[in-house]
Amino acid sequence: MELNRLTIHELQERLRDGTITSVEITESVYRRIASVEDRVHAYITLTQEAATEQARAADRRIQEGAGGALTGIPIALKDVLSTQGVRTTCGSRTLENFIPPYDATVVKKLKDAGAVFVGKTNMDEFAMGSSTETSRFGITKNPWDLERIPGGSSGGSAAAVAADECIASLGTDTGGSIRQPAALCGVVGLKPTYGRVSRFGLVAFASSLDQIGPITKDVEDCAIMMNAICGHDPQDSTSVPTEVPDYRTCLSRDIEGWTIGIPKEYFVEGVDPEIRASIDTAIKTLEGLGARCLDISLPHTEYCIATYYIIAPSEASSNLARYDGVRYGFRAPDGENLLDMYKKTRSSGFGAEVKRRIMIGTYSLSSGYYDAYYKKASQVRALIRDDFDRAFTKCDVILTPATPTPAFRIGEKMDDPLQMYLYDIFTLSANLAGVPGISVPCGYTKGGLPLGVQFMAGHFQEEKLLQIASAYEKNSDKEKRTPDL
Amino acid sequence: MTYETVIGLEVHAQLLTKTKIFCGCSTRFGQEPNSNTCPICLGMPGTLPVLNKKVVEYAMRMAHATHCRINRTSTWARKNYFYPDLPKGYQITQFDHPLAEAGYVDIETGGVKKRIGITRIHMEEDAGKSIHDDLSGSSYVDLNRAAVPLIEIVSEPDMRAPEEAAQYLRRLHEILVYLEICDGNMEEGSFRCDANISLRPEGQEAFGIRSELKNMNSFNNVQHALEYEILRQRAILERGDQVVQETRLWDASQGLTHSMRGKEEAHDYRYFPEPDLVPIVISDAWEEEIRAALPELPMEKRARFINKYGIPPYDAGVLTASRALADYYEEVVRLCERPKIASNWVMGDLLAYLNEAKLEIGESPVLPAALAQLIGIIGDGTISGKIAKEVFEGMWQSGKQPKEIVEEKGLVQITDTGELEKIVEGVLDAHQKQLEQYRAGKDQLFGFFVGQTMKATGGKANPEIVNELLKKKLSMS
Repeated sequence: MELNRLTIHELQERLRDGTITSVEITESVYRRIASVEDRVHAYITLTQEAATEQARAADRRIQEGAGGALTGIPIALKDVLSTQGVRTTCGSRTLENFIPPYDATVVKKLKDAGAVFVGKTNMDEFAMGSSTETSRFGITKNPWDLERIPGGSSGGSAAAVAADECIASLGTDTGGSIRQPAALCGVVGLKPTYGRVSRFGLVAFASSLDQIGPITKDVEDCAIMMNAICGHDPQDSTSVPTEVPDYRTCLSRDIEGWTIGIPKEYFVEGVDPEIRASIDTAIKTLEGLGARCLDISLPHTEYCIATYYIIAPSEASSNLARYDGVRYGFRAPDGENLLDMYKKTRSSGFGAEVKRRIMIGTYSLSSGYYDAYYKKASQVRALIRDDFDRAFTKCDVILTPATPTPAFRIGEKMDDPLQMYLYDIFTLSANLAGVPGISVPCGYTKGGLPLGVQFMAGHFQEEKLLQIASAYEKNSDKEKRTPDL
Repeated sequence: MTYETVIGLEVHAQLLTKTKIFCGCSTRFGQEPNSNTCPICLGMPGTLPVLNKKVVEYAMRMAHATHCRINRTSTWARKNYFYPDLPKGYQITQFDHPLAEAGYVDIETGGVKKRIGITRIHMEEDAGKSIHDDLSGSSYVDLNRAAVPLIEIVSEPDMRAPEEAAQYLRRLHEILVYLEICDGNMEEGSFRCDANISLRPEGQEAFGIRSELKNMNSFNNVQHALEYEILRQRAILERGDQVVQETRLWDASQGLTHSMRGKEEAHDYRYFPEPDLVPIVISDAWEEEIRAALPELPMEKRARFINKYGIPPYDAGVLTASRALADYYEEVVRLCERPKIASNWVMGDLLAYLNEAKLEIGESPVLPAALAQLIGIIGDGTISGKIAKEVFEGMWQSGKQPKEIVEEKGLVQITDTGELEKIVEGVLDAHQKQLEQYRAGKDQLFGFFVGQTMKATGGKANPEIVNELLKKKLSMS
């Protein structure tokens, strides 16, 4: 039996009845990594030695009858989450050798839960990208087709789960960076409500949009991960002190009588016909479960991309100012004076996409342009949020495609940033509005590429997402495939 | 042409909180470089700021004390610029929604009262310190000060003369120290001031082009720098030239200002709302709690001292210069019930001794009770005022009670009229020549006889009785 192929809840059952050990699971994960990683390249850093130690500790804990749902489970972390003593690169030369002296709050929570950390996954540099191609550490391949991108920016985390190189992973989502790669890799990805999960230790891209969330093999695993990572954190002032429910309890509830909003702005020209068809099938399945579909409108949808690409780069330009070569991280060796050192460090420490966004953001915040760009974008953002608030008075969840097309070919959009930006068209509105969203597999193209459907719900209504995703997952007639590696 | 000077001041005051504004590091001054730091104030990746509530409370105290309106909601902003001692590449400050607005401070220069408007008070974090070693050509960064809390107090351009600016600063300084929210140490940079100054032709409403002055680390420096700047700008205007809008540094050793950076080189700070912090919301109850706990402020105390104790405004001003001194004085008055005499002693001998020994009032070896006792035994005639000076010196040196010293040294005043009469007679006998001259009309010699009598008694004679006796004896012919 290949333990690495199983889910958290399947493994947990066997761990508890003593038929397997965490060390065995961990070994099977690293065997898998040894056999496929050179083709997939999901990881930047592997921490096998520490993982083996953690697995042994987990086994002792389980033997003592202690431990919880994640004890002994090998999990991968996106390399934007700070890990004490383990380098955290953000996919950038800038932090190539940066070893944080602290853990991100989510890492701490998983550690306390007894999880085993497999390694740090590849990502677009500073999470800026939709394909994991902007990483300083090479391109991650889509396990379903090695010539295609896995999505991004959490491409490594999604590919690692899809390729069974870990049991589950954490990603981060600023404009779709969890949901989009999850869809393209045929796994489940959830972006929680802004404020639901602590951002402490998450290296910031755009602080008002960033959220950490799970990427898992099924919806139940997603709920288990959510139980572990959610909650208020005194170290993050933007984390909200609302109570966290047990996300597993909603999984068995039906969706009889639910209203599913279908926003017309998301079903337009440019959506791949195969995606359109798979979404239609999903809608029929859900209607078969007693849900009702309602045509709704999110009227400011057309401004989402423009708004996002002002706000996110503006915040990024400020968040990335600290990488100046003075205290830590990469410093160009040949600076003649302070200004020259700054220029050389930042010119060669950052890649092209990061520099592009720093420039866009710096421009948007500049005196004389602020009102026309940043301020205007903030006003439009409020309107987008209002769209969602209004919509959720009429429906329980909103259903949309997760991506406009299946995974594209490596290199296809690298020379055309605008095309790359447009690829996040269905996911970034949730970040602007702060609402949670989940991407769930909903079939495959004729060519065998996985597709995803996205559900969005009101603030702090993750339970609704998990409930409908679980109902759909159980009743979808789509056969469960695994990539052939 | 005559010109009118227009001055506005920006004051940065370091708050006396135990920990920094967004992390738990100590704010203590003078520690080993970079020892008061943590990943948060070092701006390491992924770290987040968490607001120290005490900072808001201290800032609210100042807002109340300067009659500002405290905004129910205020927000944080980022001020972006690159500098090695600014770890995050931005300073967290308040920009378009500050904590407090529209207050004032009253000043008085040359007997004229004036109200100086306060535009705003906002909170922010301090930067670290860069130390440049000219010998090695190296620069060093000490981040102990990074994220130490500051309030910035921005005045309206209401001041018309350097003395007004200096007076306004002294008032602000005094209030901050009274509130116990700032140590006011200008040399260590706990209280810093930048000045905006411009000149305009008398009668013109529009402001002239201003320069911003920095690097003035004492009240006198501020005044001198402004005086210099008036001369410099006037000379430019009288030549028919235009003042250049720029930032200028005061050089105290040369007594002049020189250009630091012009308008073109001015930073574009790209302010925008700080996404890592939530707005500060202040409830009525919280504001009231702060207001209720506010101590009596210097101006109020001054007025009360004048009314309650009947002492001159000058005395009240000196005695209320610090809360500790005012408390000392009030304790002495409570025990001796002689406000004016108490004022004379505190302002006179006590402050002189303290200054000489470079001691703070809290370190005085003479405690209020002892000084009150001294004033008491002068009042009841046990010792003379002159002897009291000697007794005070003894108290200062030994820490003993005045009655103890008087007894030990036998300094009790001689009030026995019979005894004194004999001494006076002896003095007159011994100075027949002077007696003749006096009787011949040289009245000034009266003082001579008083002095001789006092000398004969070692200063212990009651001067009033001596006067009376001498008058009686000298009028007898």
